Amino acid sequence: MKQGSETAAHTDIASIFIELGAVIVALALLARLATKLGLTPIPFYLIAGVLVSKGGLLPLHFSEQFIDVGAEIGVILLLFMLGLEYTGEELGSSLRRGLRAGVLDLALNITPGIAIGLLLGWRPLAALLLGGVTYISSSSIIAKVLGDLGRLGNRETPVVLSVLVLEDLAMAVYLPLIAVLLLGQGLLAGAASIGIALGTVILVLMLALKHGGIFSRVVAHRSDEVVLLTTFGMVLLVAGVAQRLQISAAVGAFLVGLALSGTVADQARTLFEPLRDLFAAIFFLFVGLQIVPASIPAVLLLALGLALLTSVTKIVTGWIAAGWDGVAVRGRVRAGTALVARGEFSVVIAGLGGSVEPRLAPLAAAYVLLMAITGPILARFAEPMASFVQSRQRRTESEHTSEAPAVSTG
Amino acid sequence: MAKIRETKLPGVGVRHEFKTEAGDHIGTITHRSGQRDLLIFDRKDPDACATVLRLQEEDSRMLTELLGGSQVEQNQDTVRQTVGGVVLDWLPITGTWSCANCSIQDTGLLERTGVTIVAVMRDGNLIPAPEPQFPLQPDDMAVVVGTADGIAQARALLRTGDSSGNSASSGAASSGGR
Repeated sequence: MKQGSETAAHTDIASIFIELGAVIVALALLARLATKLGLTPIPFYLIAGVLVSKGGLLPLHFSEQFIDVGAEIGVILLLFMLGLEYTGEELGSSLRRGLRAGVLDLALNITPGIAIGLLLGWRPLAALLLGGVTYISSSSIIAKVLGDLGRLGNRETPVVLSVLVLEDLAMAVYLPLIAVLLLGQGLLAGAASIGIALGTVILVLMLALKHGGIFSRVVAHRSDEVVLLTTFGMVLLVAGVAQRLQISAAVGAFLVGLALSGTVADQARTLFEPLRDLFAAIFFLFVGLQIVPASIPAVLLLALGLALLTSVTKIVTGWIAAGWDGVAVRGRVRAGTALVARGEFSVVIAGLGGSVEPRLAPLAAAYVLLMAITGPILARFAEPMASFVQSRQRRTESEHTSEAPAVSTG
Repeated sequence: MAKIRETKLPGVGVRHEFKTEAGDHIGTITHRSGQRDLLIFDRKDPDACATVLRLQEEDSRMLTELLGGSQVEQNQDTVRQTVGGVVLDWLPITGTWSCANCSIQDTGLLERTGVTIVAVMRDGNLIPAPEPQFPLQPDDMAVVVGTADGIAQARALLRTGDSSGNSASSGAASSGGR
């Protein structure tokens, strides 16, 4: 209608395209570099975000609202794909077989985060968020590392995988809990909301696992297009409703992923992988954008300490859990070091707490940066470490002339 | 026969493993993508794999074919799959079998044993639902469905022309350890 506003909108779109395009090309270059180095691109995306943020080297001007929606979709797709990864049967058997390991993992790895948060004088909620950041290992990084190192067949691998599954399942409880706490209601009202939220999640979880087959049959179609649109629509709908019910959109998406099974799940996995990669990259970029670069140096030392502490707690977790499964020394070291990597979900959790504690996001970013890079390296060099431990153990054992060595040969 | 152990790997697939006669530990991972890993466990560190061979679907088929042949005949009992009392089995037809070069109808398979040939593998191609007039040839692999007893009779019938299985003279030995 009006010439003026139309051209304004035009230039706006043009500048959004140009800036967004340039940023995504930059992300692509970083992803290339990361693949070459054999690392996950997540920390690189975060750094890119920091660089183009307002106080960064190359501040961009595109509307944050625009990228915000993309980032939210990224979180939803990350969780949706996570739900798709597992079948109800796998969750059930992991729960039965790995519950002890899962509880140990939770106890050893959420505690350091919470403790450090409280020591820093943060609010309990912020400390709980930091606990989540240190608790959750990166299932995508770890699955890739295990595959690359040819360890999927190893005896300790089922333990490692079931720990990861249980962590992901724990997210289904943790995220709604955080969502309710973020509302900042009183103690009583808060407790009631938490009860309702968790009840709903557990109910939907049961339904999804029991009757997911019906849902999968409804979604199923030979056309990829139909499946893509139906599934994406469902994910957004359920996520939106979940958000409205204060359960957290991400958990809604996770539950949709769980409900899908069989061939539809396989189809959805191939269809959504590129979509997830795109939006997740935007999400990591967005988290980076939110970080004030000047706040990073202050938290760097802290992140290093936290990284050290929580590497040790994860190694102990894997060591003990693999031991319960009758795995010998070297396998126990491999299991422990494999679990060290933290990644996408630590960032997701940190992203929730921007309003609660300004230092959380930069600390988590620096922490994930360290853990996403050192985790795979540690896992790779677990073998020499293991032989070292083993030779030490042999020595002490021969000194004490105790019974048979821990490692059975044959 | 070695015992095969199955382990589910959440998010990855299924692992199967067993100990060979020579005492080596070997196994496979069937990925959900269809990729298979052939695992050879380390003798020094029994928890780890010394070798992991990544096989795409085509590679697995090739390897199966190489290892198959005589093996399949010997291990028929392990190949068969039972679903609620109905057994699906593979019968490798050789030139010495009496049914070679006669049609399915001629064998009287369905009437005499209640077993149906649901498909025939020939030169790597699957021929589904063959007609009664379909001629069986040496080196075909007949995919049959029936009861366990019916399939035992069917094997005898196709091999010797007699479903009672008593005319062992003509070559029960070739079927290996059943």
